[in-house]
Amino acid sequence: MIAHALFFYFFSIIAIVSAIFVIVSRNTVHAVFFLILDFISIACLFIMIGAEFLGMMMLIVYVGAVAVLFLFVVMLMNVTEQKLSWFRGTKKTGHIPVGLIIGTVILLELIVIVGGWRYRDSFSETEFLSFNSEFTNTHMIGNVMYTDFIHLFQISGIILLLAMIGAIVLTYRKREGVKTQSYIKQISREREDSVQLKDVEFDKGVKIDD
Amino acid sequence: MIEIGLGHYLTLGAIIFSLGTLGIFLNRKNVIVILMSVELILLAVNINLVSFSIYLQDITGQIFTMLILTVAAAEAAIGLAIIVSYYRNKGSIRVEEIDEMKG
Repeated sequence: MIAHALFFYFFSIIAIVSAIFVIVSRNTVHAVFFLILDFISIACLFIMIGAEFLGMMMLIVYVGAVAVLFLFVVMLMNVTEQKLSWFRGTKKTGHIPVGLIIGTVILLELIVIVGGWRYRDSFSETEFLSFNSEFTNTHMIGNVMYTDFIHLFQISGIILLLAMIGAIVLTYRKREGVKTQSYIKQISREREDSVQLKDVEFDKGVKIDD
Repeated sequence: MIEIGLGHYLTLGAIIFSLGTLGIFLNRKNVIVILMSVELILLAVNINLVSFSIYLQDITGQIFTMLILTVAAAEAAIGLAIIVSYYRNKGSIRVEEIDEMKG
């Protein structure tokens, strides 16, 4: 019970503090760093209270995809501090200390969650936690995900497809003057369009119409 | 204080939710921070759903959380694509300068 309280307060305080830093930090890159820290803290919390699969999913989807996408876009556009070009290596950027702090906190969280795994059984003294199911969390999710919620599952797949197409359509830019192959043109070419046979008279040559 | 119950998790979700909404209103910098605040709000919803799912011993909440995860990823992709194309056209994504659709 005390172990549960300790873990809850550790992760939730880090999550709240990093959420505050997300909205108040002046530098957008730092905000993305703190967003990553927030996601990792909440994922650790999920893992500790028994939603292991979702915790791992949060790590993969949020930290691995969404936050890196944010970081990518932020770094593509020079929007953080409009006055100084922070991505150039010669100037002081202040990314390194913030990155080191956040990396250390993430490492600390991982140490806590790995070292605290043995105390996890004492969590179930808490009123609403019980881990004594015969199935694992992933097994239970799989049991209902592909049976009862198969339509929602497929609809979410369609949503992802639409998001992919939408993102491509929004950012696609047609460039002029780029030489590309057109397979349709190449395949649909007939012999009559491309080859002309001429009878060449002696000493006259051929006029090629172009 | 020591006995952690459902209320603690809901309080955590509520705090993160309000921080997300606060971030939307306070933000004067750029639109990416607004998108990050939306991610915070979705995270708060996830916390609520997961804690209710654990509390009620019902796996449905975790399924819904996965759907929210999907929608959050799709929303981030589309939003960032909109921001990229806006930045390409206007050269700036500062919140004060995006005022062409003020009714």
